[in-house]
Amino acid sequence: MLNPAGTAVVEARDVTVALGGRPVLRGNDLVVRHGEFVALMGANGSGKSTLVRALTGLRPLTQGSVLLFGTPLQDFKERHRIGFVPQRGTAAGGVPSSVREVVASGRLTRRPLLRPAGKADRAAIDDALEVVGLTGMASEGVSTLSGGQQQRVLIARALAGEPELFFLDEPTAGVDLPNQLALAGALRTLSERGATIVLVAHELGPLEPLVDRAVVMRDGRIAYDGPPLAHEDVHGHHHPIAGSHDHVPHVGSPFDTMSLDPREDRR
Amino acid sequence: MSPAELLDLLGRDFMQRALLAALLTGLAAPAIGTFIVQRRLALLGDGIGHVAVTGVALGLLTGTSPTWTAVVVAILGAVLIEVIREKGHTNGDVALALLFYGGLAGGVLITGLAGDGAAGLQVYLFGSVTSISSTEVWYTAGLALVVLTVTLGLLPQLFAVASDPEFAKVAGLRVRAYNLLVAVLAAVSVTVAMRTVGLLLVSALMVVPVATSQQLARSFRSTLLWAMVLGGVAAVGGLVVAAWLSARATVAPGPSIVLLALAMFAATWPVGVWARRRRRLAEPFPALGTGTPGPHEVDEHPHQHGDDCGHPAVPHDDHLDYVHDGHRHAPHGEHYDEH
Repeated sequence: MLNPAGTAVVEARDVTVALGGRPVLRGNDLVVRHGEFVALMGANGSGKSTLVRALTGLRPLTQGSVLLFGTPLQDFKERHRIGFVPQRGTAAGGVPSSVREVVASGRLTRRPLLRPAGKADRAAIDDALEVVGLTGMASEGVSTLSGGQQQRVLIARALAGEPELFFLDEPTAGVDLPNQLALAGALRTLSERGATIVLVAHELGPLEPLVDRAVVMRDGRIAYDGPPLAHEDVHGHHHPIAGSHDHVPHVGSPFDTMSLDPREDRR
Repeated sequence: MSPAELLDLLGRDFMQRALLAALLTGLAAPAIGTFIVQRRLALLGDGIGHVAVTGVALGLLTGTSPTWTAVVVAILGAVLIEVIREKGHTNGDVALALLFYGGLAGGVLITGLAGDGAAGLQVYLFGSVTSISSTEVWYTAGLALVVLTVTLGLLPQLFAVASDPEFAKVAGLRVRAYNLLVAVLAAVSVTVAMRTVGLLLVSALMVVPVATSQQLARSFRSTLLWAMVLGGVAAVGGLVVAAWLSARATVAPGPSIVLLALAMFAATWPVGVWARRRRRLAEPFPALGTGTPGPHEVDEHPHQHGDDCGHPAVPHDDHLDYVHDGHRHAPHGEHYDEH
């Protein structure tokens, strides 16, 4: 739901991010209020993923500030209130791990060190698996699942911590239609439970009816912020080629770091 | 050597000490190795082993216990490797290689200065049963227990960080601290394994049992526990084999332990291939129909499909289908059929 009078859950002011000296985000303001379902859209390289990474603290800001639930990001300790779903491809590591183990790692935001999982933890993990429709596959190896199912595992992992605010980075990219529908169903459940959702998407597909606010990025700036637009208005008619892209040329010497920007080093 | 003689040998004090050290090594090295394999850093242990050679040499040169100098130098090396890996992004492997060779060359040079020559170092490079003193067994046991307690106690956190550092960071875990902890624990288990497997082969005990157990295991926890069991069996078994062969020739325990671990891998690998194939064949095809929309009106599509509409055309019997949003469109009067 659009919630113009609600409390601000995310408050970003003048958010600027430079990668390797190149500005990727330039002075963006964004306020997301409680219960909203916001889609960050735009072409490849427009900065939409970087904006989400800046809001979650994965990218240091060159300038500006981010408040989560009214607390500056660097002082924000209530990590169980946010759930993050990174871009796909990280669900499986070098060692087999079961769906349940991956989902359980999302519960760590609410589990103190060295305390074994309790009843509430197990119930939350079961509930998360049920919301994404993977209850019967809890003991399967993650690497044996399809891409779309792996994406649902990652959403369940974010869900296991019972957060109020979700950040999803391209959850539907490269996912087949049945899995996109399952994802949309899970996100609808979350939204109905009152969660605030910020989602990066290239194309909305089955998510379209859920979105109540679209933010369109172009060249690192927010170009549009308002009710959702038709796909053609955002992109024109074209068919994007899936794949990742680099913002910065790769490093040439072993001891070089990525932060060539002196302003980034100061932080 | 007859079985009776072997039993007699195994009953000796120094052999009992060596067996205890081997067992603890075999349990601790794969435990931390599982996290290293999960992070796709299988050769990290090897690198730390090379750096630790310098530590041993410093011990020989200064006359202090090589175990402790090796622990210190290995930890410093591991932390340095981890920092370079974190900062250096793509070219971290070159920096690691520089460190590996520096460690090995420095170790050999310093040993030469100490006047021990290659023979003095040999014991540490490939392991030795007879040279283990009882105090060293206690050191080994203590260090192995530290590694096991920390790894198993922090298993959920270490798993989260190893499998998805970005998620872990957003979840509020101190990713850098946990990564450094894994590096330090790896360094400690390298020095723990130094007396039995030797520094040049230590990485095998961290990686090979994990590779073996992941042939059959489906979860991280069971991979880790089976790797510990296999590591313990390989270490103790390899030591006994080395003792048995020692009647005929001088055999260091390191190679026999590693070869035994590799034999276990060779034995399980076909079983794993077969099991994975069976699982794939048993997997049902995904149910169709749940996500496929029915025929829909032409006006949902603002253009007429044709040669230049951008949608790939697929010949289908007597007409052309156009691929659209993951399904195929066949124009049919006022609507498109889904093919």
